[in-house]
This record gives sequence, structure tokens and C-alpha cells, in this order.
Amino acid sequence: MNERSSRILVNGNHAVAYGVKLAQAQVVPVYPITPQTPIVEKISEFQAAGEMVVELMTAESEHSAMSACITASLTGVRVFTATASQGLMLMHEMLHYASGARAPIVMFNVNRTIGSPWGFWPDQTDSLAQRDTGWIQYYCENGQESLDTVLQAYRVAEKVLLPAMVMHEAFYVSHALEGVEVPDQEVVDQYLPVFDPPHRLDPDIGESWGNTVGQEMFYRHRRDLGLAMESAIEVAEEADAEWRKLTGRSYGIVEQYRCEGAELVIATMGSMAGTARETVDNLRDAGLPVGLLKVKLFRPFPLAAVRRVLNGVPKVMVLDRNFAPGTGGFLHQELKAALYGLEQGPVVHGYLAGVGGTNVSPTVMADWVREAMATQPAAGPVWKG
Amino acid sequence: MGYQIKEEKVFNSGHAACPGCSEALAIRYVVNTLGPDTIGVVPPSCIAIISGPQPLSSMRMPVYQTTLESSAASATGIARALKAKGNDHTKVVVMAGDGGTYDIGFQSLSSAAERNEDFIYVCLDNEGYMNTGAQKSSSTPHLAYTASTPAGKLTPKKNLAEIMVAHRIPYVATATTGYPDDLARKVAKAKEMKGLRFILVLAPCLDGWGLADNAGPKVSRLAVETGVFPLYEVENGERYTLNYGSKGTPVVQYLSLQKRYRHLSQAQVEELQAEANLNWQRLQGKLS
Repeated sequence: MNERSSRILVNGNHAVAYGVKLAQAQVVPVYPITPQTPIVEKISEFQAAGEMVVELMTAESEHSAMSACITASLTGVRVFTATASQGLMLMHEMLHYASGARAPIVMFNVNRTIGSPWGFWPDQTDSLAQRDTGWIQYYCENGQESLDTVLQAYRVAEKVLLPAMVMHEAFYVSHALEGVEVPDQEVVDQYLPVFDPPHRLDPDIGESWGNTVGQEMFYRHRRDLGLAMESAIEVAEEADAEWRKLTGRSYGIVEQYRCEGAELVIATMGSMAGTARETVDNLRDAGLPVGLLKVKLFRPFPLAAVRRVLNGVPKVMVLDRNFAPGTGGFLHQELKAALYGLEQGPVVHGYLAGVGGTNVSPTVMADWVREAMATQPAAGPVWKG
Repeated sequence: MGYQIKEEKVFNSGHAACPGCSEALAIRYVVNTLGPDTIGVVPPSCIAIISGPQPLSSMRMPVYQTTLESSAASATGIARALKAKGNDHTKVVVMAGDGGTYDIGFQSLSSAAERNEDFIYVCLDNEGYMNTGAQKSSSTPHLAYTASTPAGKLTPKKNLAEIMVAHRIPYVATATTGYPDDLARKVAKAKEMKGLRFILVLAPCLDGWGLADNAGPKVSRLAVETGVFPLYEVENGERYTLNYGSKGTPVVQYLSLQKRYRHLSQAQVEELQAEANLNWQRLQGKLS
């Protein structure tokens, strides 16, 4: 129990809003979409109650919300927005624009199925389909982690000057009530320096952004963006370690759970990690050597960490609550690429599990583990419940 | 009207506009009137070309180049951030073309107007997508040739000034480059106001309209004198003031200087004259 915090019962989305309040975001352009809306409703309540000084901009679309986020950030203030599903799809153009402008926006995306047809269910395809937009991506499994990660994301984004999106899943996390430690403002102030970028839209400085560039300048710009993204791995590890010093909580960029001597490691992201942890415990109790790799930081992809955890492990079972037609699960694809060439690398089962928000229980997951342990993996993805 | 233009040197020579470009002239009066304590927002357009390729700039002020549909939202982000920082002196100005305003940028503009965001939006209207080779926009007038309406556009120009008036924003004005003192006065007036201020500037495009290199100002003045594009101001959606309007000059004098109208039959010229008459009458009905 940390003395410099208070414990409250909130849902995952409200936990995010507490994180944004503690980060003291100054401009928050918003557009409502289920199941994100409680985040910005709570921020609006904070503002109305005088607990948060913030410019709330009620945009007419997510596209405009993101457009305003970029310029507000470039003008030199801390910016937040939240979205989900179709909203993130509509932002797509501006997601690229944001990273190109090196605007350290933090956005929360509540993972929800993309239409058509319409659905409201937990599925990570929305944000994973944005993996190439130049945004840092974090996946969280509960409200506490989401609150903590929002604050870590600001620290990382503002250091490497790239935007960051933080995810948790619709309803399973967004609307589930849990006890959450809310750190005191002074703890966060110690952790997050005031945002004061040297380059900004300011007549006293006179710098512009976005003008046409030649090939050589474009090339250099993309290369620099890539270098910033690469550097985010170390910065994210440092941000997590520093958070542990202040609050006692940390998550790692990946989490390695009971992997010692594992014959099979379950690899997954988001809320499924909680189910997988329980499954691992149950199977370990039954004498099966099974572990868990939770990938928390997905962009930049934690290549070295993943290779370190899985080197020497005979088998990996990837559970993807997401689906890219024509290739399969995103994590499955990325893990296989990351492990390629590893001398003692595992064989990899790719299971599409919980796509569209279907329930995956520890019992069912344990059955899959037994099946995966007894069979050789297919080259492509396999549909599970 | 006897207005003395007061310029601060923000817009510089050596920019990339075509010789004789009306739009460059409009930019001069807009940014030189606003002065250097201004942040510009420019979507893809000839204005983006004129403002200069990185690392050069024709304007001594920060310019943020945004995406085609996002100008008003981008300006909102800057205005809100300035407010959050306690900066109440820096002006924010959008300079966008008609495609980026009437068409793809209209949604974000309407929303910013409804919220009465604190910036000036200047639409430099050359009645088509001239930067991409003269395709039609919803600002292209009835029967005008463009690359995408080779037989002439079948529907009338969208009346954006009146649509903006219907948002009841503090200030809406029409202006054109043939009346530079009127344009500069309107920018100066807008500069002293708060909230969303919208100035629609008719800027004849030499290439897109098929004009002689020196015809920009003359065509601009004829647009006003024929009643095709009257110059007026509206405050808070209600108070109309006419600055310059029809002198009864026949519309054919305006049309005949432009290659985009050279396919017109006599009957079509008369049709456009009748439309101009009707629009002029409608406007007069709103003058108090």
C-alpha cells in the first residue's frame, strides 16, 4: 500500500480519465463513440467541478478531433483524446500526419470491433490495423494498468516526440469495476516534467510545419522518425522502471510469467493476458510446464525482449483477439517474424481466439494448450472460439 | 470607401505564384494586415505552393500546412492551445481554397463556426480545383467549363457566404482582389473581433479561368459591377452592409474575358444574366 495514493473503485475508462487528469492535459478534443465515451465524460466532469483546467473541444468528427490534437500539441501544450473502432478508422489519415509532425499526443483507444456489420465487442483489430502509422502502442489488461500506462505514455511520447496510443478492450476492461490506486498529484508531477517543446508554432520562433519537402528531406525525415521509434524501447523501459520507484507498480514492455522450464509459452496481449495467467497457474498446478509472454508494448515491437524470453522455448501458442484477412492474427505474424533466425527458437501455433469478443475461459484455454502441446503447428492461423 | 491600407511586411516577393496571380495579391493584403503575430493554417492548394517549400517560406510567420479537409479543425487546435497558454494576442488565420472550404473542408468549418472558435478563416475562392488542373468544385459557377465539366457545370455555385451567415458567427464578408482597400479593411476589421470570422475572397485564376496575364483585377471588378459577386458584410448573422454591388454592367462583359465561358450560347448568356439579376435582388432584400 502506497501512502501517496488513494484507492478507489472505478471502471477501466474512468481509471483512464484519472490518469489524464493527473497528466494535466491542457487541450482535449473529443468526439463520442461507444465504448470510449465514459473517458471523456469523466474528464468533462472533472472540468465542470473545477478539478481540471482543460480546453475541451467538442469536434464534429474524430478526424477533426485528431486534427486539432496535432496542432494543439505543436503549439506546445499537452493533449489527450480518446476513441474506438470506427473513430480510429476515421482518424487514420491524421494518425500518419501526427507522427510525421512528431506531435507527442497521447490517445486512448478502447478496442472494439470494426464494421461492417456493426458490433460493440472487444477486438483489437482497430488499433492493430494502425500499427504502421508511427504511433507508439501499448496494450493493457485492467484499469490500473491503463491509468499507469497513460502516464508512462506521456513520459515516453514527450521524450522521443512521437504520439502514443494506449489500449484496453471494450467492456471487459472499459466498463468493469475494479479497485484502482490513484497516485497523488505530487507523485505524477515528480514523474512527468512540464511539456515545453523547443520547436513549436510560435510567432516568436517563426518555425513552420508541413510545407512541401524534396525527396532527400523526406527520406531524412522518415529515417529520423524510425530512429525515434527505435529509441522508444529504452525510454519505455526507463519510464516503467521509474514508475516502479515511485509507485511500486511496473509492467515491463513485455511480461514474462512462469516461463522457467516451459515447454509451451502462451503469447497474447490485453485482457486475455489475465485469463492466460490463470490458465498457466492451473496448468502448472497440474504439472504442465507452461508460461506466459504478455506483449504490452507493441510499437515499437520489443524484438530483443521477445527473442530473449522465447529463446530455447520449444513451443509458443499465440492467442490473437484480432484478425487480418489474408494473414491471420497480428501478434502471430509479428512474433514469427521476430523469432526468425533464432537458433533455438520455438515453433509457433497461431490461434485466432476471441475474435469479435467471443469469450475465452481459462478452461477452454487450457484445452487449447494441451492440444497445441500435442500437435505440430499449422503454417497459417487456426480459428478457435 | 477611402480606407488607407496599412501593411506590415509579412508576405515577401519571390514566392512561387504565377505572374499576375490574384491569390498572391489576396494573401499579401491578408497577412500584411494581420501582421507577424499570427499563425497561419494552409491546406493543400495554390496557397500552400505560394507559402513556399521547406525550408523556405514566403511569409514571416509560422505556417502550419494541414490536410485538405482539416483547416478549421487545425486552426481550432492552435487557438485552443494559445488560450490554454494564456496567449490572447496571437491571431490564427486559415487561408484555404474553395475546394478545401466549400467541399472537403466544409464539415470541420461548419463545426468550428457552430462552436464560434476564435480564428479568422479566409477562403481564397477561384471557383475550382485549380492547383490540380482546374476541376470543378461546388464553388464553380453554373455553365462554367472545368476539366471535369467540359460541357459546362450544370448546377449553380454554392452560396457559401449565406451558409456561413446562417451559422450566426460574428463576421462574414465577401471581398475580391480588384478592391484591395475593401479587402484590407475587412481583414483589419476582422482582426479586432473575436470568434469565428469568415472572409470569402473571389480570386480570379488566370489559368483556370482562361484570362490574360493582366486581366485579374479587371475581371475581379467586373464580377462586382455586374452583380455576379457583390461585396458585403454581415455581423452576427443579421446586420448586412453592402460595400460594392451591381452597377448594372451586363454580365456578358464579365463572361467574355474568360475562356471558361467561351462555349456559351446567347441563350445561356441570358440565363446567367437572369440568375445574376435574381441573386442581386435577393441580396438587396436582406439589406436593412
